[in-house]
Amino acid sequence: MHHQSRSKSARLTRRVFTTTAGAAAVLAGAAPFSVLRAQGGPLKVGVLLPRSGFEAGIGQDCQRGVDIAPPILKSLGLPELTIMNGDTESNVDAAREHAEKLISDGAQLLVGAFDSGQTTAIAQVAEQKGIPLIINIAAAPQITEQGYKFVFRNFPTAGMILSDAFVNQKEVFGIAGATPKTVVFMHVNDTFGTAMSKGIGVLMPKFNMPYKIVEEIAYDPAARDLSVEVTKAKATNADALLMVSRLNDALLITRELIKQRWTPQAILSMGPGWYEDQYFKTLGKMADGPISFVPWFDPNKKLAQTLEAAFVKAYPGSNLNTNQVFTFEALLVAADAYKRAGSTDPKALADAIRATNITDNVSVGPGIRFNAKGQNDKVKDSAIQNRGGKTVTLAPKEAANAKPEWPLKPYQDRA
Amino acid sequence: MSFDVYLNVAVAGILTGLVYGLMALGLSVIFGVIRIVNFAHGEMMSIAMYIAVVLFTAFHLDPLIMLVPVAAVMFVFGYVLQAGLINPFITRPEHTQFLLLVALAIIIANTLLILFGPDARTVQTAYAYDSFQLGPVLIDASKAYAGIAAIAFAVALFAFLRFSLLGKAIRACADNYTGALVVGLNVNRLYALSFALGAACVGAAGSMMTLIVDVTPSIGPVYTLLAFVIVITGGLGSMAGALVGGILIGLTEAMAGLLFTPSAKSMFAFAILVLVLLFRPQGILGRRAS
Repeated sequence: MHHQSRSKSARLTRRVFTTTAGAAAVLAGAAPFSVLRAQGGPLKVGVLLPRSGFEAGIGQDCQRGVDIAPPILKSLGLPELTIMNGDTESNVDAAREHAEKLISDGAQLLVGAFDSGQTTAIAQVAEQKGIPLIINIAAAPQITEQGYKFVFRNFPTAGMILSDAFVNQKEVFGIAGATPKTVVFMHVNDTFGTAMSKGIGVLMPKFNMPYKIVEEIAYDPAARDLSVEVTKAKATNADALLMVSRLNDALLITRELIKQRWTPQAILSMGPGWYEDQYFKTLGKMADGPISFVPWFDPNKKLAQTLEAAFVKAYPGSNLNTNQVFTFEALLVAADAYKRAGSTDPKALADAIRATNITDNVSVGPGIRFNAKGQNDKVKDSAIQNRGGKTVTLAPKEAANAKPEWPLKPYQDRA
Repeated sequence: MSFDVYLNVAVAGILTGLVYGLMALGLSVIFGVIRIVNFAHGEMMSIAMYIAVVLFTAFHLDPLIMLVPVAAVMFVFGYVLQAGLINPFITRPEHTQFLLLVALAIIIANTLLILFGPDARTVQTAYAYDSFQLGPVLIDASKAYAGIAAIAFAVALFAFLRFSLLGKAIRACADNYTGALVVGLNVNRLYALSFALGAACVGAAGSMMTLIVDVTPSIGPVYTLLAFVIVITGGLGSMAGALVGGILIGLTEAMAGLLFTPSAKSMFAFAILVLVLLFRPQGILGRRAS
């Protein structure tokens, strides 16, 4: 009898199935709404950075911008954020997987990811899942050319970086009273480096640059040894070195320049690597001289001064740089949008981000606003030079606090 | 480009290849005797690199001077690892050996990440930026010292295996397992010693490698793969082959970077591997399987 009733109750009838399936469908349908409507409390922000792998040094540098943000955001009257850390492992596939995991773990907004290739993968995930992504650093133009509705970038595209770089280079050459006639262009062969290389081909003629590229050398950003690349560059006997690099390769190249006893007139970098603390700490006096044409902070802005003071207090002996500035600004945009949206609903957040108008910001330019593509097209670059373990700003004129030292002091005379 | 440029690049490639060769030698010794493929090879080298970096940072001990002590530490590590963990897997199917060593590699990399963080660590010796001028050739001092040390270490290893009783016993064990058992050799101990010798090679190579590259916890897989390419090119199980393979791969990468595009230099190293597998599957100095 007992057996009979058990088997009866265990039997799945059509009615039971329909009722159960219907109930499940109602619950499944209702679940997203209950999540979307959740309000109050901190916004859960998934911060994706290359915290391990060959870009780990820069990823950790960006993380400092996250670490110093909470008290500053609070002082601005912005709501609290709960940071969920994700590691892209300096790898595109891992970036995609970790973005998916952060979203499934409850992240309501994503920030990241320093590298263009990894950011491209994260942007696809964010768009598919309908979760806003605020890009801290990534310059490949195509990311904001896909018609995405949930992807926003407060960082210049490769084309914008190059355009500003060419303008600032001419300004620096003018002040220095020296112009290189030939350059050798060395760049990483990843998404960012390739985008910059293509951009140079298109934009250089338009800006009528005074120098000619005599050799272009592309290399693997994870390279263990760049001696051949530097030998090849040295053999061109070019006046200056034009660089698009990362941190590890910038260190390798500098060491090879010293060992191969070649000091070009100037090192003109249009990417990261040459202004990071690790570059200064590893190379000491040998770090002086390179000029970077990069998105930077405006030392005259009030919030930039606040951020710099907080950074120096938290990390004595270190210098505020692009990595912290734009990672902080991404969180600033997130908190500001959350305050205005008053909701964690992804669409409401995306709409609020699209309507962003922050004039009290850190980076160079009129402020943070996004165009229809989700791109801040007003953010500007600076020209900065390494000097005595710090950076000084050479251009644009309104943000400059030093004159360029030209040419590079020979490495052999620095011991 | 002038001939001097080619000469400079060739010399740099050969010197780098020598250190690669010493690293791959460890893999070859282990496979030659125990017939187990060490998939944690690169990670073991990263342990040695971190030991060298820590010794330099804490006590300013030059990695070249610490080459033998680091090799000794890795020898002990290798012996314990083989006797305690790997030995039970020797008679098991190859896929279980593979899984064991890959798991070991992941554990090592993540332990290093926890201990040292993800930042690159470097050794800044007094001669870090030095180079020697020999006529038109400019030789990187660090690479030159590392290359010479690699040759010295390899010669010492050859001499040990060829002339010492223990070395002869290890070779006997590699040549004929059953015969070694019949004449009363303690094969388990010899296996552990062989793995320890391989680990010592990796230790010496790792110590030298800190002069050439920065170390990060994730550096291992690149060198594991490189060691495979080198030993298969030179001849799996052939010790001389490992050195020859190292020089060939170092030279190929350097010249390919110069003559073609540096982005593709690894491609040429793999092309050499494919050619060797096609036309001389046993490797340049390897023995054909009987």
